[in-house]
Amino acid sequence: MSLHSTATESRGADRRGDAIFKGVAYGCGILILIVLAAVTLFLLFRAWPLIGGDGKANAATVESFTGGLAHNFWQYVGPLVFGTVLVAALALGIAFFIAVGIALFISHYAPRRLAAVLNYIVDLLAAIPSVIYGLWGGLVLVPAIHPFWDWVARYFGWIPIFSGPAANPSRTVATVAVVLAVMILPIITSMSRDIFVQTPRLQEEAALALGATKWEMIKLAVLPFGRSGIVSASMLGLGRALGETMAVLMILSPGLRYSFKLLQASQSQTIAANIAAQYPEANNLGVSTLIGTGLVLFLITFLVNFLARKITRKIGA
Amino acid sequence: MASSSDSPMDGAPVIDFDRFVPTRSAIAARKRKDLLMRVLVAAAFVIALVPLVSVLWTTIASGVRRLNLNFLSYNMSGVIGGRPTPSGGYGGILHAVIGTLEITLGAVAISVPIGIMCAVYLVEYAHGGPLSRIIAILVDVMSGIPSIVAGLFAFSMFSIVFGPGTINGISGSVALSLLMLPTVVKSSEEMLKIVPDDLREASLALGVTKQRTITKIVLRTSLPGIVSGVILAIARVIGETAPLLMTAGYIATTNFNLFSGQMTTLPVYVYQEYSKLSVTCPASAGADCITSIPMQRSWAAALTLIILVLILNLVGRLVARVFAVKTER
Amino acid sequence: MGQRIDVNHLNIYYSDFLAVEDVNIAIQPNKVTAFIGPSGCGKSTVLRTLDRMHEIIPGAHVKGEVLLEGRDLYAKGVDPVAVRRDIGMVFQRANPFPTMSIRENVLAGIRLNNRRIAKSDADDLVEWALRGANLWNEVKDRLDNPGIGLSGGQQQRLCIARAVAVHPQVLLMDEPCSALDPISTLAVEDLINELKHDYTIVIVTHNMQQAARIADYTGFFNLKAVGQPGHLEYFADTTTMFNNPQNEEAERYISGRFG
Repeated sequence: MSLHSTATESRGADRRGDAIFKGVAYGCGILILIVLAAVTLFLLFRAWPLIGGDGKANAATVESFTGGLAHNFWQYVGPLVFGTVLVAALALGIAFFIAVGIALFISHYAPRRLAAVLNYIVDLLAAIPSVIYGLWGGLVLVPAIHPFWDWVARYFGWIPIFSGPAANPSRTVATVAVVLAVMILPIITSMSRDIFVQTPRLQEEAALALGATKWEMIKLAVLPFGRSGIVSASMLGLGRALGETMAVLMILSPGLRYSFKLLQASQSQTIAANIAAQYPEANNLGVSTLIGTGLVLFLITFLVNFLARKITRKIGA
Repeated sequence: MASSSDSPMDGAPVIDFDRFVPTRSAIAARKRKDLLMRVLVAAAFVIALVPLVSVLWTTIASGVRRLNLNFLSYNMSGVIGGRPTPSGGYGGILHAVIGTLEITLGAVAISVPIGIMCAVYLVEYAHGGPLSRIIAILVDVMSGIPSIVAGLFAFSMFSIVFGPGTINGISGSVALSLLMLPTVVKSSEEMLKIVPDDLREASLALGVTKQRTITKIVLRTSLPGIVSGVILAIARVIGETAPLLMTAGYIATTNFNLFSGQMTTLPVYVYQEYSKLSVTCPASAGADCITSIPMQRSWAAALTLIILVLILNLVGRLVARVFAVKTER
Repeated sequence: MGQRIDVNHLNIYYSDFLAVEDVNIAIQPNKVTAFIGPSGCGKSTVLRTLDRMHEIIPGAHVKGEVLLEGRDLYAKGVDPVAVRRDIGMVFQRANPFPTMSIRENVLAGIRLNNRRIAKSDADDLVEWALRGANLWNEVKDRLDNPGIGLSGGQQQRLCIARAVAVHPQVLLMDEPCSALDPISTLAVEDLINELKHDYTIVIVTHNMQQAARIADYTGFFNLKAVGQPGHLEYFADTTTMFNNPQNEEAERYISGRFG
């Protein structure tokens, strides 16, 4: 009798344990939804004074941030969005071809043993914290790259974006873009490489059998196969560059203009770096303004990442 | 066969193939292009090596000068200008190392259980329903949240819930856990997926409950992979600076209490020393007053951070390789 | 017109491993030569050395010579890319370029050398090649549709069209029908019969009936034991090979006693 009852009891405990465990697992899944909602809601709540608050005080805050250049939030955030997108797009422009080149080198050119070493080096690049890239950019790259920008400004200055004189020290959009390019290189490289190595052998052989050179084979078989992978990798890289704070903060001499003068200082600033720079001295309303700009950044990166993932998922399907 | 009676080539255009014979110059041009691309692809790699080598080299060369036991065992209290402290050093990073460890552990404590259970939900319970698909996409999206936004979120949450001006270590942990969570979910998910279904079925067939099957069989089998994923996630967030700048703050002294008061972390220390640029040495100060000491401290802390990150990366990889449960396939 | 191939003392290595040993064959122009034999005997490997496709595997190399109309394909300074233009290849599984239309697939090879090709020339070439592959009537109204939308047999004939469009002298076929249904197989076999008027054809097949149906000459490859190098055991005209083979191993294989 007692034996029977303990058996049912333990089965009841088992069932309860099962139910609790399942509940916890479901809860944690749903928690992801809640967390993302919470991120949005807390930021919105904290930024609310911008919309619902006193318009005059808001204007005063923005004016104090900009030295009277901008008078409302949108005038303030406009150049920041411009600067953020400009810097990130430039970084992507620099990193893209190099990253795809490295990925091809690893997947199709390098001998297998060398490729393994290269993979490790790419991972190493990805592992270095951004503050160290900032430190390196600010102390090593800024002085080292100035002669190059100077040369560019002298010979290509007739192109408006390179118009001189090149700022010295080169705490400019161009230098920041170079550092960000280095930072997003690993993610684009490793994703592209992963897709390149999956190119069907048959496609490659088809191209080679037609008398294609190696490069023509890559153009005929590898790149078409990997195209959407490259696009989605670039979007992820772009997302990374859009949100990068420290490297920009530590290198760029900020400005709030809609300016394409890449080689001159005090032209642009990014949202993320601006938040980090203004935050320590901001009053309550100032923090709200900064959080408002943070929400804009959140929205932009959300869209970029969402698009990237959508493309990736389409390949997977 | 029908094809032999009326040939498919009846009415076919006559092609003069001599016109398509490649000219010598065309062949040479193709070869040149092939060679050019070969060189460019290899060059891309060399170009990427330049910053890597430069970053590592300058960090090591500049960091080694100040990185010593004294630097590791003192904090920044009592450091005045460029003058040496009574201990003979120029201040140190003890408080920052402690802060980094505590805040990171806090982030691990928050994100790892949630992340693993979320992965369990996605792999073991959800079976690809609409909710799980939404969650999977949101996890992806979450991995793209800029770190500064994570910092703003933690700051807003703490200032709303615990009153304005709340700055402490745990809010830094919350910010970092937001950044860790998607990485943990993703890597755990991958690891759970490669556990063969035979194992689950064998266990369930024995009458073991689903909860026991998951904890004793599935999680046990995938443990090394999950641990390795967690370590790599730690390596990623341990270098985060921006969110800690606004949540954990910066002080010169050692603070052991994660839940109260400002806390310095290594990356923030690197940044703060960097932004000091230099200190002045009054004429009365001796020859051992160093004006560029903040930069030297910054590099030394950066070197410590890189070493920490590299060790974590190495350990993460080793765990995955050494303890991997051998499954067939 | 097709060209003849003479293989003399060909040894094929993967790094240090000798995969195929001392092959000697004279492949006649404008004839179909079939390679048969058990799995792992190296018949596909030999086929691939005829257009140097084996070289894409790191470490693969050969000793001996392969003469196309007397010119050694492995002589110093011979570009494998040029070799593959003169000798076309069709693979086991149809592999049209997935992002290209039917028309672009056919033109893929010629575009490598002639970047700008007049539209009328291109149209003529596409029609010629697709007729040559006996596919024209089936696809002439949808040339701009993707090549992978076709059926398996049509895809394989598209690949043949793509190979003949560069007007090679020799066509190599590596089990071209092994992934096809019987009706598509018949279509491709008919096509091979047509193609031999213009090309020298070498085909690897697992299917002995197929070799008996389409080949003029047949080479039987064998290996002494697993891990040993493969070799050409016996080479004869197809009638002799299947009716009165002068080789014990070949007879055993053909009568189905092993392999």
